[in-house]
Amino acid sequence: MTIAAQETLAKPAKLDRDKIAAIGFVTPALFVLILLFALPLILLFAASLHGADGLSLHAYGKLFGEAYYLRAIWNSFRLALLTTLFAFAIGYPASFALARARGVLRSALLASLFLPLAASVIVKAFAWTILLRSDGIVNRLLLAFHIVGAPIRMIFTETALIVGSVNIFLPFMILPIYAVVAQLDKRLPEAAATLGASPVTTFLKVTAPLTLPGIVAGVALVFSLSVSAYVVPTLLIGELYPTLSSTIAKAFLLARDPAFGSAAGVVLLVIAFVVVAASARFGETGGRR
Amino acid sequence: MSARLAFALSWIAAIGAALFLLAPLIVIAAASFSPTPVFDLPFTGASLRWYERIPRLDGFWPALWLSLEIAALATFSALIIGTLAAIAIARGRAPGGAFFATALVSPLMTPGLVLGIALLQYFRAIGFDATWSELFVAHVVVCLPYVARTMIAGLARFDFTLVEAARTLGCTYPGAIIKAMIPALAPSFLVAGLFSFLASLDNYPVSIFLSDARTKTLPIKMLQYIDESPDPTLAALSTLILLATLVLLVVCDRSVGLHRMAGTGDQAG
Repeated sequence: MTIAAQETLAKPAKLDRDKIAAIGFVTPALFVLILLFALPLILLFAASLHGADGLSLHAYGKLFGEAYYLRAIWNSFRLALLTTLFAFAIGYPASFALARARGVLRSALLASLFLPLAASVIVKAFAWTILLRSDGIVNRLLLAFHIVGAPIRMIFTETALIVGSVNIFLPFMILPIYAVVAQLDKRLPEAAATLGASPVTTFLKVTAPLTLPGIVAGVALVFSLSVSAYVVPTLLIGELYPTLSSTIAKAFLLARDPAFGSAAGVVLLVIAFVVVAASARFGETGGRR
Repeated sequence: MSARLAFALSWIAAIGAALFLLAPLIVIAAASFSPTPVFDLPFTGASLRWYERIPRLDGFWPALWLSLEIAALATFSALIIGTLAAIAIARGRAPGGAFFATALVSPLMTPGLVLGIALLQYFRAIGFDATWSELFVAHVVVCLPYVARTMIAGLARFDFTLVEAARTLGCTYPGAIIKAMIPALAPSFLVAGLFSFLASLDNYPVSIFLSDARTKTLPIKMLQYIDESPDPTLAALSTLILLATLVLLVVCDRSVGLHRMAGTGDQAG
């Protein structure tokens, strides 16, 4: 009786304390999010509407009205799309092998994912300029194996940009997918096989849907990182390939046109968030099917 | 047959990805021993001259120190703020938990340059003008999602009855948290801390708008250096950082297991 009585007596007090603790626990994060994230972004939106005399859509008019800037928007989108596609094509199958690997091989493969994160993006992008230039290693290999007859120009082309971009963002595709694949219940595909499903059907109906949360996380991460890449295009292709990021940087650091830079920022933000939200939505509906 | 083919393909992808990811690192390490100032490969005769030049790099040490300081403090702050929030979310006691979890991760999906210009204009508007503090708080925002992501996922699998058990056995609430929760979540803390530290250390797009002529972070200094005088000194410095990281990874693998670290999180996205 005493224990039961104690429990009923203690319960309301405990609930309250937990609630107060929860509010206390989230307050610092809430402060950071509101004061250092939400408010600055609201101000950014306001700044993008700032004209010579009050409210104006001038900056957006310039952004969507000039061919150069339309190309910048398209380039940012295209770079992110191609990077995400290639990273997925390599990363998805690789995650399965990684989840099956054991011992030293697993450690080595995982180290190859973690180690590049310790080298600066700047240094890695620079390494690619060495690898890809016309007298660089890649061209020498292509020549040695008679794949090409003469050195091909790679550096300052879109190919170089995509290669570098996939290289830099690939770990962010593999890690979330690996985390899901490693925890897959192996009995489910086995059960499907026992019930007579072909390997292809098993994969499409059982394995792939189960890995969807990892795919969504990886795709969202790689897309949002590569759509806003600044250092990689700057070093690997430069002025030839205007992007929204380079437009923002120029507007703030050179032209001192904060309204225009802010408008470009808002557009970049919208592209990133729409794709992230769409992939999350796809993950939800796809998982329910 | 198709299963075998898929099996082979997945191994080819994994080995290929590993080699592809390591390629630029190998180039950096090789270039750091180059006898000539021009980054060229292959070369004959290795030289340590670029390593000898590291201590004399102009303006690098203040930049490196500033970046390490900011990365360490921002990671530390983010670990505390993010873990507390993640505990409330995982226990389901935070109001609007799912929304809040998404909000916590959203700075990660926010383009770096956008966050940079937003904070720049915001700090100007509120009259906050202290470069070091600006960089520090901005980096807390950069680090927070990495911590939140990993800790929410890690805590989702944590058995909170362990904390209750510790309290029943006479621990105070903070004592129970420290004794029951922290050891169980060690891999999550390690991953969250590592990712957040590296994200801050390598951040260029946010820092560029907040730094001034006297206060420059390492990536800003490095990009400037590559523009002005690209010689292998930077490769030598990076090689040393890579070696240190490799040692850290071996230690992590032996103590926690890299697979536990890699499997710790991220699916919360």
